[in-house]
Amino acid sequence: MEQIMEQMPIVLHSLNIGFLQTLKLFFVTLLGALPLGLLISFGSMSRFRPLGIFSKLVVGIVRGTPLMIQLLIIFYFPGLVLHNPIWGSGEAGRFTAASVSFILNYACYFSEIYRGGIQSVPIGQEEAGLVLGMTKTQIFFRVKLLQMIKRIVPPMSNEIITLVKDTSLARIIALQEIIWAGQAFMKGSQGISGQIWPLFFTAVYYLIFNGILTVLLSRLEKKLDYFR
Amino acid sequence: MAILEVEHICKSFNHTEILKDISFSLEKGQVLSIIGSSGSGKTTLLRCLNFLEHPDRGVIRVNGETLLDTENPSTWQESSIRKKRLHFGLVFQSFNLFPQYTALENVMLAKELLAKEQPDYKKRKKEIHEEIRVHAQELLRQMGLENRMGNYPHQLSGGQCQRVAIARALALQPDILCFDEPTSALDPELTGEVLKVIRELADKNTTMIIVTHEMSFARDVASEVIFMDDGYILEQGDPHQVFEHPKEERTRQFLSHFTQG
Ligand SMILES: Nc1ncnc2c1ncn2[C@@H]1O[C@H](COP(=O)(O)OP(=O)(O)O)[C@@H](O)[C@H]1O
Ligand SMILES: [Mg+2]
Repeated sequence: MEQIMEQMPIVLHSLNIGFLQTLKLFFVTLLGALPLGLLISFGSMSRFRPLGIFSKLVVGIVRGTPLMIQLLIIFYFPGLVLHNPIWGSGEAGRFTAASVSFILNYACYFSEIYRGGIQSVPIGQEEAGLVLGMTKTQIFFRVKLLQMIKRIVPPMSNEIITLVKDTSLARIIALQEIIWAGQAFMKGSQGISGQIWPLFFTAVYYLIFNGILTVLLSRLEKKLDYFR
Repeated sequence: MAILEVEHICKSFNHTEILKDISFSLEKGQVLSIIGSSGSGKTTLLRCLNFLEHPDRGVIRVNGETLLDTENPSTWQESSIRKKRLHFGLVFQSFNLFPQYTALENVMLAKELLAKEQPDYKKRKKEIHEEIRVHAQELLRQMGLENRMGNYPHQLSGGQCQRVAIARALALQPDILCFDEPTSALDPELTGEVLKVIRELADKNTTMIIVTHEMSFARDVASEVIFMDDGYILEQGDPHQVFEHPKEERTRQFLSHFTQG
């Protein structure tokens, strides 16, 4: 116990740095995947057949294979197969490769949620807007979007909580996120070795962060309760 | 001159003809009631007038201006259709109010968006919004909803919702206001309040086309009645003639369902 208290500041410092990387990956993924997912959902609903088929194919492949494999392929493929290591070798390169993989993966999941949300808005809403001389763009942003958001908040919340935990997969390409930071104390780092408690302690970070997210998301859900 | 002229409208869905050569005209300030059994094409006709469906054949003219002529492709450009729709208003059977907006906001929204296209919008922004608000409040008051302006659709009864929808359509001052069975989705005790406001509109010489199954209402309020059957206009005339002395056996059969049932 005494030993843990001594090691605590060193461990916390390391875990904080790792968690910062986790958070960075989380927010970059959200920022990229939320709009990209919307584009993909428009693609898969497109009346232009080739685009529709292409979008559905991409979504099918991405959702049908593990994110872990996608990470490995996106990170190693350019260097090992194309002999063009576009990601570079440093932490920054690994972060970029991880971001690209996560954004693509989550955009595909989000696109299906968006699609469900858009298609659940009754056709009468669009027709009422058209009859009132509104443009399709106005109808989307002023009439359908909020109804769609209201319907997608619950499934989106699930995905977002999952994303927090999924960021740990980036460890497979040696991105130094929080699990990586915790595990380092098993092998030995900064004079601490053979310790497994720092790894277990990372769970506290996830719990607190997911707790905050859950509260925020359910507040958003309540906010949208004013209409049906 | 007639405010509305419809000539030879035909419309098929999947090779089934739903509208078969529909022609009629309507004078300004008159009320046309369209009656007919379910599936006879009444809704499809209103949707064609509001450019929600594209007729396969036919001409639609309002105030002598040709809005649609299937022989003349320049009249069906996507870009101009939006403006052409504004000649018509449509009140749906199922209201289709926007749930995230209050009654007042529902009435104001489209007008506010249209105002942005006015050249003097930037200069007169505040003034314009105030005008739109005052007009919308006036319309809701006219619909007997002065105490309901701040309510969301889910807080209103069906009859109140439909009256908001009527105000919303009136806000754009259409030349011709169309109703598609405006009371069919309502509980019987709520139909009266909606029919009452439509009657008041008729008294103010609002040009209207009303598809309805409320026969006594149609007889009262209409200046002209059309009986549609299987995609055709089978009979047309003033209400007295169509209801009391129908020429066609089909019309008589159809009307007998309402006097007996
Ligand atoms: N979008 C559509 N696709 C296929 N069939 C349709 C469509 N809209 C209407 N119909 C058909 O057209 C016929 C007439 O429908 P409608 O105009 O709604 O009649 P009414 O309003 O008189 O009851 C019905 O048989 C209906 O099934
Ligand atoms: Mg109908």
